[in-house]
Amino acid sequence: MASSSSFIANKKDLGLSALSSTSSPFSIPKCRKSISKKIVSVMAPQQSERKPATTGSVKIAMTMTEKILARASEKPQLSPGENVWVNVDTLMTHDVCGPGSIGIFKREFGDNAKVWDREKIVIIPDHYIFTTDERANRNVDILRDFCLEQNIKYFYDIKDLSNFKVNPDYKGVCHIALAQEGHCRPGEVLLGTDSHTCTAGAFGQFATGIGNTDAGFVLGTGKLLLKVPPTLRFVMDGEMPDYLLAKDLILQIIGEISVSGATYKSMEFVGTTVESLNMEERMTLCNMVVEAGGKNGVVPADSTTFKYLEDKTSVPYEPVYSDEQARFLSEYRFDISKLEPLVAKPHSPDNRALARECKDVKIDRVYIGSCTGGKTEDFMAAAKVFLASGKKVKVPTFLVPATQKVWMDVYSLPVPGSGGKTCSQIFEEAGCDTPANPSCGACLGGPKDTYARMNEPMVCVSTTNRNFPGRMGHKEGQIYLASPYTAAASALTGYVTDPREFL
Amino acid sequence: MYPSEQKNHPRRVPHSCTLNPAEYEKLGSYALIGLPASYETRFIEPNEMKTKYSIVIGGDNFGCGSSREHAPVSLGAAGVAAVVAESYARIFFRNSVATGEIYPLESEVRICEECKTGDVVTIELAESRLINHTTGKEYKLKPIGDAGPVIEAGGIFAYARKTGMIPSQSG
Repeated sequence: MASSSSFIANKKDLGLSALSSTSSPFSIPKCRKSISKKIVSVMAPQQSERKPATTGSVKIAMTMTEKILARASEKPQLSPGENVWVNVDTLMTHDVCGPGSIGIFKREFGDNAKVWDREKIVIIPDHYIFTTDERANRNVDILRDFCLEQNIKYFYDIKDLSNFKVNPDYKGVCHIALAQEGHCRPGEVLLGTDSHTCTAGAFGQFATGIGNTDAGFVLGTGKLLLKVPPTLRFVMDGEMPDYLLAKDLILQIIGEISVSGATYKSMEFVGTTVESLNMEERMTLCNMVVEAGGKNGVVPADSTTFKYLEDKTSVPYEPVYSDEQARFLSEYRFDISKLEPLVAKPHSPDNRALARECKDVKIDRVYIGSCTGGKTEDFMAAAKVFLASGKKVKVPTFLVPATQKVWMDVYSLPVPGSGGKTCSQIFEEAGCDTPANPSCGACLGGPKDTYARMNEPMVCVSTTNRNFPGRMGHKEGQIYLASPYTAAASALTGYVTDPREFL
Repeated sequence: MYPSEQKNHPRRVPHSCTLNPAEYEKLGSYALIGLPASYETRFIEPNEMKTKYSIVIGGDNFGCGSSREHAPVSLGAAGVAAVVAESYARIFFRNSVATGEIYPLESEVRICEECKTGDVVTIELAESRLINHTTGKEYKLKPIGDAGPVIEAGGIFAYARKTGMIPSQSG
């Protein structure tokens, strides 16, 4: 299914007709076979000596992101800075931005227009679902009408809000649903009307968030004009200590480069530590790329990826990998063994601090949920801490599984070392709130009646992704972003707590 | 002209996510609603839909937060013509360009501290200059770059039609 036309030369144009120069100094003529062409210079500072390739025509080495976009734009070669029309493999939208995107699609292409491909659009209600807010409910109805009209293949609908389980199609948080339902594949281009669409980069694909206007455009054409980003490389080596999670790694990085450190750039995560992470942990890593301003994040696909995808998709895919001589804008190296559990203090994801240095911060509640920290592995991690402690939480602890599948896992999977107990049992024994309806929940506040929304000023430790003022509801709320380990540990003490107190 | 040193966090636009295109004007009334109370002069007066200030001067990483288009759209709906900031968050910039709602310009230096709300300011697009008539100071703006053709066309759809990527709209 993935386009493999990048190296097909257009015989008609070969060599003889004048190739018109384009405005970009970096474009290389599309049709090159054995005729050698001038190598154009590139703008990014070179990291290493560029050696000519040994396979026939001379090519400039490319990063993963550059390769994916090259293939998707049917060009043999791309350099950072080029603007190209890219073929989109999958477009995702949800209840909040779907109606707007649909409105723009109809306005621009006509009321009777048809979407470019009814099988490449995935519509996932997840943001403002379990609420009596009429406008929020109306959003899902608008999605349904559109899906019926267009015969959209993948619409994860919900009709009965009183019991999520009786809605067989409903999934929950879009980014987790995309992965679980097999919509994420190496080498592909996935766009979504949500900034955390970058989560899917964990699968070795190009995935980024776009606005309603861009989405309306993609709905009609299946293409989008994208600017090729340069890549920042993050090399993480070393064995992951048993008190750290991927959330700590990404908080470390964001704290290092700031919320604008990766603006318009791709973030590539490699190294032995990354290779040791399971898919959900890789998703957590890529999820917060946008918090550093990043355009997309990527983790090279490997056996872990292929194994995860085995039972989820039968669509063929073709992974790509950065060339050895690919140029990266910068490279950062981390020795994981030296890292400690972190938090991002109010009110910015780059306001990094050691969890143990915040131990005097009294908290009012803990929230474990969202695409960032509400996956099965996240709940397993939290359960591990509660199990190790054996005590009860000192503050209200809200658990919001991201999807129906996660909810089921929480109620059925045995937690290692617990003698067969499930997460839900451990959570109950620890005095946590009952796991709630799967959705985005209070990560972004939501309508006033959203479960676990912060309606008064409070201090919350959360496994979510943003802590700007008002993020979870109240303008004066104080949110400490943390890993599920740290969140669970904090729940047990009533203060921001380093999980090593228990692990 | 309205200077705002803070990074504009689009997530502070509340519940507007549930407004449909017909409620575009209402969205405008929410522009910059999240600014702290220390901003005594509000961007939009209570009970008004539009702002008196057609130019917003921002600090760095303007627009940081989410991918929602509501941020630039609400500014445009409120009557903002252009934003001049030190730097932009990617998605905010992209959405400004794609929608054609506001002109996102970058200044060479941080301007917001040298301007006061109510200053009369002109932007000479062709010359990439901002002139503050109240203080008499002039500032150089960065060229719009690759986004130029898309903005000049009027947004991504207009650009695509102009370049033949999609057919012209029929009545």
